[in-house]
Amino acid sequence: MRRFARLARVLLTTQYAHMLEYRAEIALWALSGLVPLLMMSLWIHQADMAGALGGVPAGEGGLSRLDLARYFISAFIVRQFTVAWVVFSFEEDALQGRLSPMLLQPLHPLWRYLTAHLAEQATRLPFVAGLAGLFLLLVPWAAWLPSPGRLLLVVLATALAFAVNFLVQCLIAVLCFWSERASALERLHTLAMLFLSGLMAPLEVFPPAVRQAAEWTPFPWIIHFPARLLAGAEVDQAGGFAALVGWLALLLPLTLLLWRAGVRRYAAMGG
Amino acid sequence: MGRYLKTLRRFWGTALASQTEYQANLLFDLLGMGGNLAGSLFVMGLFFQGGQSLGGWTWPEALVVLGVYTLLDGVSSTLLRPNLSRIVSQVQEGTLDFVLLKPIDSQFWLSTRTFSLGGLPEIGAGLVLILWAARAAGSRPSVVMVGAAALLLGASLTILYSLWFVLATTSIWFVKTWNATEVLRATLTAGRYPITAYPQTLRVLFTVVIPVAFLTTVPAEAILGRPSWPWLLAGAGMAAACFGLSRSFWQLALRFHTSASS
Repeated sequence: MRRFARLARVLLTTQYAHMLEYRAEIALWALSGLVPLLMMSLWIHQADMAGALGGVPAGEGGLSRLDLARYFISAFIVRQFTVAWVVFSFEEDALQGRLSPMLLQPLHPLWRYLTAHLAEQATRLPFVAGLAGLFLLLVPWAAWLPSPGRLLLVVLATALAFAVNFLVQCLIAVLCFWSERASALERLHTLAMLFLSGLMAPLEVFPPAVRQAAEWTPFPWIIHFPARLLAGAEVDQAGGFAALVGWLALLLPLTLLLWRAGVRRYAAMGG
Repeated sequence: MGRYLKTLRRFWGTALASQTEYQANLLFDLLGMGGNLAGSLFVMGLFFQGGQSLGGWTWPEALVVLGVYTLLDGVSSTLLRPNLSRIVSQVQEGTLDFVLLKPIDSQFWLSTRTFSLGGLPEIGAGLVLILWAARAAGSRPSVVMVGAAALLLGASLTILYSLWFVLATTSIWFVKTWNATEVLRATLTAGRYPITAYPQTLRVLFTVVIPVAFLTTVPAEAILGRPSWPWLLAGAGMAAACFGLSRSFWQLALRFHTSASS
């Protein structure tokens, strides 16, 4: 146990120092997550137009402009803390032969990626706060403060969502052991994430059949569920947490098993 | 001029030869393109669920905008992304020096060196979508209209290229600019929808500061047979200004270039 605590401390502090070096990069990366801001403007403008034309004043899918603004701000924040890029680091490490020394160490290499992600999130925190503030300047009427209890649930949901997203990425990365096309697969995964997670539109405005189909994938639970929770909306909390835990229970053993099988196939590259 | 054309033919001939080696990639590119287009159409459809318009554009009209966006995205993955990501690695590895020594314009060499087959289906899909949606929107082509549309599409491609090249040029100073191109991609996503669908502040931002309006909405207006002289002039002027900026910025950057190889 003490060995574990020391390992965690060393890994986290070194990765944090490493990430601090790349502050500018991380700031830019946070900025590239601004798509929800664009979508927020579009949806609110559309809801206003519908109201002006005598349409449903509540906006589409029963969401008011206040709901829409809060939803997209929350989706932006949740997205920032659930991002994972294991496939890219892993592919680079495997191709350049850095994976071999990692495999020799008495520490599962995935721990290294996990701590890198956590350290990066800590570095990202101030930029996210700044950008969320910018969002609120555009829609000052949408400002809200979730209750402490709700906030705790949001942190828990976001952490679980990150874990699910991280494991999905690990699963794709592990497929690198069998095929060099893992990054092409990752591209398809990015598309599914973009359109099904609720980043472009809240799931409430999806046609019911599409929404039901989407809810069988992990994507809506990674963004839509924590974001609705943070926005203070009425959500099926038990169902959301059950889905997240269910996906975790499915993905974790699968990833570890495939990892073990993959390492056996691993033929080192590089010197 | 003839020399440049001949060089271009050699460049793309070798690129084509090396890519037919990796045919499986093409399948994934097609899948990715299909998924991206289906997702874009789906989200666009969500805006029209109530039967209303999007910023004053009807469904087929908005699809013309999406078609122009798809076309531009295809051009970026065919030409812009493969070439300009090489600039970054050339600065890092010091091979940029060899390019600078060649008796040919360095910006031309760097911008056209290779191309990727993967983006071609997307260009095709964009063109098909534009033509189909323009017909459905009841646009009647005339010589003037086709000319205006071609001119504005050319202007939009020039602007897109210039933005990419300026960003790639910054790698002379910052070396790593991968994330900056991600920011550009995210911003260009705004071009999937007509500019009038955005609130006033963003509309001004996307016309004057980041010329997203000139990338998709303005050419789409021309394709739909609503070209107006002020926009035509503004589009051509913006393209000329952006291209001039990219050239002078590259010249400026070269003065700061301290080789990595020596």
